[in-house]
Amino acid sequence: MFTPIQIADDIYSVGCRDWDIRDFHGYYIHEGTTYNAFLVTGEKNILIDTVKANFADELLTNISRIMDPSKIDAVISNHTEMDHSGAIPRIMHRIGEKKPLYCSKMGAQNLKRHFHRDYNFQVMGSGDAVTIGNRTFSFLETRMLHWPDSMFTWLPDEKILFSSDAFGQHYAGDKCFDDEIGEQIMPHAKKYFANILLHFSPRVQALLADVAKLNLDIRMICPDHGIIWRKDPSKIITAYDRWSRQVPAKKVLVIFDSMWESTTKMARAVTSGIESEKVGVRLMNTRKWHRSDIMTEVLDAGAVAVGSPTLNNGIFPVIADVLTYIKGLRPQNKIAAAFGSYGWSGEAVKILTREFEEMKWEVVNPGVKVVYVPDEKDLVRCFDLGATLAKTLKQKLS
Amino acid sequence: MDKWECPCGYVYDPAEGDIDNGIDPGTAWEDLPESWVCPLCGAEQEYFEKVD
Repeated sequence: MFTPIQIADDIYSVGCRDWDIRDFHGYYIHEGTTYNAFLVTGEKNILIDTVKANFADELLTNISRIMDPSKIDAVISNHTEMDHSGAIPRIMHRIGEKKPLYCSKMGAQNLKRHFHRDYNFQVMGSGDAVTIGNRTFSFLETRMLHWPDSMFTWLPDEKILFSSDAFGQHYAGDKCFDDEIGEQIMPHAKKYFANILLHFSPRVQALLADVAKLNLDIRMICPDHGIIWRKDPSKIITAYDRWSRQVPAKKVLVIFDSMWESTTKMARAVTSGIESEKVGVRLMNTRKWHRSDIMTEVLDAGAVAVGSPTLNNGIFPVIADVLTYIKGLRPQNKIAAAFGSYGWSGEAVKILTREFEEMKWEVVNPGVKVVYVPDEKDLVRCFDLGATLAKTLKQKLS
Repeated sequence: MDKWECPCGYVYDPAEGDIDNGIDPGTAWEDLPESWVCPLCGAEQEYFEKVD
């Protein structure tokens, strides 16, 4: 049970905290997450989004601390992903399946595909508004931010934006608002953007332009995960603008894996070369770091070096995992180079370089290959590779 | 000219083209370059269906 939190007059956060979850569809969560749901009470009572199915009882308990859940008059579904829609069948059963369920066009389609039921869908498009009781709700479709069904609900009188997954963070704690947690929330927000929204950066830019045009004077942003932005909603909007423009930082990321520590030695020499140019560096072993943590560092790294041994004429499987993940999220504006040790054929560097080219990253060096164990001269070549990456990045940023 | 819809809900309308991605208004579905993908979700053309 969770004591509902009043976020504005007669408006409550009634969702659930999932303290224990660590694997969120392949995204590693260090501090759990929340499934936020919001109850807007008044002449009519509206629930905005729900929680994961196994938290449905807790959601109903939370609501019951404010009102009888069966008296909810309508549900708004901003996003149909199961962590927000999973409890919809339980809620609709409780309140009566004939009651209206507001969602986008794609939302209605997706909810049917998820639950195989035909609820009383009220399809809303961008600019549509409904007055329910004493409140007005208006809607903005945000297709592919990050699903086809995604939309925002805006309370124009209260100036509160319910932003579905956008501006969210995977964080479960005893803090509920930006002013309570401070800067500590930003790494979670950054990780969320890097792993969920980066792929759709051009859409984020278009959305921010649309929102700016609407001149909404946003007082509060309530995302479906994590804390609520009430002290300074512009902070997360500004961060989204920067992240979605993919502004490169003066930082080089070195990602590697190794079989017999040869590629490890090379990675360490590449790192030293980067440091010699007074550029920020991060060395990440793919068997020590989760792909989602690596992705967070990729977000603002100006350059990326990837090292892989050659295994069975290919790249090392863990590197392939991480690269597939990175590639899908479409990071842009990177400088890159590959390196790796091999025993006989040594295809890994060539394969990695091709991957960089497919991602439209600027390859600055054909890469460094070393047969078996690197000697001192080989390590100097690796050092030089790191220095070249760092110098090229500095030139680009100057 | 026929419109085509992506599984994500985006509809390619030849009358509008896709100016942001270099497709002029008036470009028929059949004349789109092979490299053109859904500007919203990135799906390739084979996943689109003709709108009746």
